Amino acid sequence: MRQVTLRLMPLIAGWAVLCSPIGSVHAAPPTEAASCAACHGAFGEGLPAENYPRLAGLPAQYIKAQLSYFADGTRKNAIMAGMAKPLSPAQITILADYYASLPVTMPAPAASVAPDFVARGQQLAEFGDWKAGIPACFRCHAAGGVGVPPYFPPIAGQSAKYLADQITAWQTGTRQGDPQGLMHSVASRMTAVDTQAVTAYLAALKPAAAVLGDTQPVLTGGVQ
Amino acid sequence: MNALIKPLFKRGITPLAYAVLLGASAPLLAADAAPAVTQPSVIPAMAALNAALLTGATFTPPDPASIPKDEFGQVVQLGRNIMFETKKYAPEYVGNSLSCVNCHTDGGAMAGSAPLWGAWVSYPAYRAKNKKVNTYEERLQGCFRFSMNGKAPPLGSEVLVALQAYSYWLARGLPVDEKVAGRGYPNVPEPALAPDFVRGKAVYEAQCAICHAANGEGRVVNGAVVFPPLWGAQSFNWGAGMGSIANAAKFIYANMPYGQSYSLTPQQAWDVAYYMDGQERPQDPRYEGSVAATRAKYHDNKNSLYGTTVNGVLLGDTGAPKSFKGNKS
Ligand code: HEC
Ligand code: HEC
Ligand code: HEC
Ligand code: HEC
Repeated sequence: MRQVTLRLMPLIAGWAVLCSPIGSVHAAPPTEAASCAACHGAFGEGLPAENYPRLAGLPAQYIKAQLSYFADGTRKNAIMAGMAKPLSPAQITILADYYASLPVTMPAPAASVAPDFVARGQQLAEFGDWKAGIPACFRCHAAGGVGVPPYFPPIAGQSAKYLADQITAWQTGTRQGDPQGLMHSVASRMTAVDTQAVTAYLAALKPAAAVLGDTQPVLTGGVQ
Repeated sequence: MNALIKPLFKRGITPLAYAVLLGASAPLLAADAAPAVTQPSVIPAMAALNAALLTGATFTPPDPASIPKDEFGQVVQLGRNIMFETKKYAPEYVGNSLSCVNCHTDGGAMAGSAPLWGAWVSYPAYRAKNKKVNTYEERLQGCFRFSMNGKAPPLGSEVLVALQAYSYWLARGLPVDEKVAGRGYPNVPEPALAPDFVRGKAVYEAQCAICHAANGEGRVVNGAVVFPPLWGAQSFNWGAGMGSIANAAKFIYANMPYGQSYSLTPQQAWDVAYYMDGQERPQDPRYEGSVAATRAKYHDNKNSLYGTTVNGVLLGDTGAPKSFKGNKS
């Protein structure tokens, strides 16, 4: 799993930063990130109240892909198209590596799940609704929605509206480029109520870093 | 996306309409193997809602939210928990990192994914695998020994009682009849070309590796399996049903890629099944002292690659099985 080990590097870097004494936590942002901070925060923490997503801890490869999709219209968003188009490939790499390396240190989100959404939201996240063809979100995005780098981004603790906008964007075709159409298949089967319930549930989860196990859990069975 | 096939993604398409479409557009899909996972590929036109679609199943098992809260319901719930998190709830019998749900979608509730309700109404039954009539409980024992590469829970043990209670609860209302629609994995049409390792590898890399990893070991996040291993030390052993290319092709055709049932062509399903079942995995616990003897006794058929040389490797040549001591609860 060489590929996975390499992907671990930013995470390890993230931990190292995280584990250093409070106050000296963050590496200095690259100059390229100056124009992003207004919306995504100085340390990629996002601005949930305005539905600007958190970038800290997103997989670098995922960030790169999304920036190129914004630039070429595969993912349609007027604001981000304007931000992404002028970026050179080198700048994209710097930005992606920077945000991917930032620790996911956000406090538990202020939002709480409306009681009528808890059961449905949790059901979709943990088990899906197979009668309607909706697989469990956490079987692709990992337990707790922490993501499985590099292809499956974290979905916990982003603003509910941002998450719901993405589901809608896949349904209407304004967001594409997801590998193998995997997320499109899921989104296209969700009703408006499903979307509301599951995004409310996910938004209230505390975001956390995905710790990759590049070796399997040790068990006693089997040969070798 | 093609306007004609778009409605397939919506709810409520009839199996008949789907089957017609499947036949009509299958040739379009023949050459869709993308070169690398990093390439975003087009949405598979044929992805069906779920595995049930081509089985003709009409039975709907009850909603798990309606499991009663009484003494019986608690045992039913334990059975369901074992299906979803097998190592957590039955640690002393599980020797790999799989859970039952990995091969029995929706914890054994989904038609076309060997649902427990279809099995419950079909036993006792004669099985060629051990040449005798097996009770349902004995059938469950086999899953632990082979699919879970562990050891069989004793008859009457808490684990087997819970799995039986859950199966019974799922199946209530269904007549006893082993021909119930939705049982097992649906048949996949015979491939035009004999299943092939090299073609299978191409399918694997384009459609499966993103989740199950290039080396087939799956992915683990925060200590928990997200994408289960398809081969290697933590997967099912050589005695498991999934080690048969025919079983694997059927399962894959109806259930994989995850969330995109019936999106592969039958040929792709057979090829990738061959590729998966042409890899090394834990020894058959019925090992007869040599690969040749074990093949002769248990694997002498075209659906098993055990004891044959694939891609330069004599499969199964890993010595005697390690005895399973059990995990601590
Ligand atoms: C004026 C506000 C604004 C600025 C400035 C901005 N963004 Fe964004 N960004 C957004 C919004 C809004 C979205 C959500 C778009 C959508 O809904 O598709 C977004 C989404 C993203 C995403 C996708 C996140 C995901 O989880 O898929 C990335 C990556 C991103 N921005 C990177 C950047 C970078 C890098 C910069 C600086 C070069 C930047 N943004 C500047 C508003 C902004
Ligand atoms: C079959 C695998 C799979 C399942 C199941 C799945 N997703 Fe996804 N999801 C993906 C992939 C792959 C992406 C990344 C898309 C891309 O790269 O453009 C994604 C991305 C997303 C995003 C965008 C995140 C961002 O930062 O912009 C959201 C929101 C999302 N998924 C929500 C969900 C929800 C809610 C569910 C459950 C109802 C779910 N997903 C189930 C595969 C899956
Ligand atoms: C989007 C991720 C994803 C893709 C792509 C995918 N799978 Fe899976 N696969 C899963 C998940 C998740 C499970 C477990 C399902 C469950 O527990 O409900 C699974 C289970 C399996 C299993 C049974 C469990 C095991 O470990 O033996 C097999 C076999 C399998 N997949 C084969 C394939 C093949 C072959 C392909 C390519 C054609 C494929 N999968 C593509 C996610 C994926
Ligand atoms: C690696 C995939 C895999 C795993 C994991 C797995 N099974 Fe199975 N199971 C199969 C296959 C394949 C068949 C059908 C083929 C056969 O006859 O062996 C099957 C058949 C069954 C049947 C009989 C179905 C019928 O209609 O006759 C039952 C019951 C069953 N499994 C229960 C379980 C339980 C309980 C677990 C967990 C302890 C489990 N399985 C784990 C693959 C798996």
